[in-house]
Amino acid sequence: MQIAKDWRIQRHRYSLIGTECVSCGLHMFPPREVCLQCTSHDMKEYYFSGNGVIYSFSQLFIPALEHVENTPYIIALVSLDEGPLVVAQLTDVDYGDVEINMPVEMVTRKLSSDGQKGIIRYAYKFRPKLLC
Amino acid sequence: MNQEKQVYISSVGFTNVGEHWNESIAQLAMSAITDVLDGTSIDQFDHIFVGNMMSSVISQQHNVGSFIADYCGFNGVPVVTIESAGSSGATAFHQAVLSILSGQINTALVLGVEKMTDSIGSSIYDVMSVGSDNDWELFHGVTLSGIAGLIMRRYMYQHNISNELFANFSINAHNNGANNSNAMFRNKINLERYLQANIVASPMNILDCAPDADGACAIVLTNECIEFSPGNHIRVAASNMSNSVLPLHDRSDILIFDAAHNSANMAYHQAGINAAQVDVAEIYDQFSIYAAMSLEACGFVQEGNGVDLANQGGIDINGVIPISTFGGLKSRGNPGGATGVYQIAEIALQLAGLAGVNQVRDPQWALAQCLGSSGGTAVTHILEKINIK
Repeated sequence: MQIAKDWRIQRHRYSLIGTECVSCGLHMFPPREVCLQCTSHDMKEYYFSGNGVIYSFSQLFIPALEHVENTPYIIALVSLDEGPLVVAQLTDVDYGDVEINMPVEMVTRKLSSDGQKGIIRYAYKFRPKLLC
Repeated sequence: MNQEKQVYISSVGFTNVGEHWNESIAQLAMSAITDVLDGTSIDQFDHIFVGNMMSSVISQQHNVGSFIADYCGFNGVPVVTIESAGSSGATAFHQAVLSILSGQINTALVLGVEKMTDSIGSSIYDVMSVGSDNDWELFHGVTLSGIAGLIMRRYMYQHNISNELFANFSINAHNNGANNSNAMFRNKINLERYLQANIVASPMNILDCAPDADGACAIVLTNECIEFSPGNHIRVAASNMSNSVLPLHDRSDILIFDAAHNSANMAYHQAGINAAQVDVAEIYDQFSIYAAMSLEACGFVQEGNGVDLANQGGIDINGVIPISTFGGLKSRGNPGGATGVYQIAEIALQLAGLAGVNQVRDPQWALAQCLGSSGGTAVTHILEKINIK
C-alpha cells in the first residue's frame, strides 16, 4: 500500500464518511462524485452512523498479503442502516457466532502494519452491536 | 455485427496450462504463436492484439505486447497490449474483431498470455485482487476469493441451498479436463473429495476455485472466408463487451452479474439467435458460484436455477448447455489474461468437430463469456460454424 493514498482517504476510513446525493437522496459509501442511482454530480458529505446488519460474511484462510498474521480472518458485507453495503472485517466475534442479519456496529481498529519501522494502518471494522 | 464485413477464425494455437518454471512470458507466447501459425497459411499480420493482465507487476515488463512481438519476430507489425483484468484476453479478441470490421485492417493475430508463476503465494493473490477496488476491498483483506465467498454465502441464503449442491460444477469441469492434454488438472474428482476439501473463503472450498497458472493461446483472425478445418468456416457472429459497477458493495444486487447479462443479451441480438440456440458454452467458472450466476446471466436458466441445472446433468457434454468442455477455468486452469482467448479457441474447436472425446454433438452456435473484476466487466463472443460441404 502507498502512504499518500492511505493518508488521502483516512478521514473516510476513520469516520465512515461517504456521500449523499443532493438530487435523489441516495447514500453511498465509499464517497462517489457521480450518483449510482440518478447520475447526478451534486453530492455532499454524509457521516454514517456505523450501525447495520450482516448481509453476508466469509472466513478467509488464504489471506491478502498484508493480513497474513491475522489469518484466518472474517470479512463481511454490512448493510448500513442508511442503505449502502460496506465491506469490512469483523472483530470481537467468533466465526461460529456470525450469522446473516446480525446487528453490528462500526469500530476503529488496527488493520495492518508495515513491520516495526513502517506505518500502522487503522480502519473501520464491525463488531456485534453492544446492548446499552 | 456489420453485415458488409465478416470476421473468420483461421487458426488457434495453445500452450498447455500449468506451471512453466523454465519459460519466460515471451517464450510462452512464442510457443502458442508457433502452434497457431502451423494451422494457417496466413503469416503476415496487419495488427497484433495482446491480452495480458499482470506482466507489469509480475514480470515487471510494461508494453509487453511490443516486447513479445519483437521476440517472436514480428518486427514492424503494430501491436497493442490490452488489459481488463480477468477478461483481458477476450477484450483483446474483441478489439481485433472491431478493427477488422472497421476496414482498417484485414488480418489480426490475437494472443492471450499470462506468466503467473514469476510471483508466488499470497503476493500473486494480491496482484490478482488488484483487479477489484483496491482502496475499499483489498485494503481490508478482501481478496478475489473473499468476494466470491461473500456472494456464495448470500446466494445460498437467498435460495436456501447448501454448498454441496455446487460440487457438480467442479466435478463436470474435471471430468472434461481429464481428456484435455492442455489442462492443468487432469484428475477426476467426486462429491466425497469436494466435501473434504479445505476451506478457502467460507463457504467456498479449494475445489470451488480455479487454479491460477501460466498459459498462452493465440488465434488468427481474417476478413477472408477461409477454412478453419476441412469443410468448416468459423465465423465470429457476435463480439460484445459490457461494464457494470465494479466494487461488490456498490452493486444493486450482488447475486446478478449485470455486465454479463447485458453483454450476453447484446451478443444474442448481434448474432440473431437466442440463448436456447447455443449448443456449447465456455463461461467464467473461476469460482463455482460464478458458473451458476453466469448460466443465469446468459439466460440459459432462470435466476436462482443455475445450481439446479448443474445437478440435473444440464451442463454435461450431453446436457442442454454443455460448459467447461475442455475443463473450464477449474480444470484447464486460469491463466489470467490468456483465459478469454483459450475459451474462444476451445469453442472454435467444438464447432469444427475437433474436441476429441469431449466433442458436443454437431454444434452450430457456441458462446464464450469472460469476466473481469468479479463480474464488473464482461465480454461475450458467439461463433457460428458454416458448413460448406
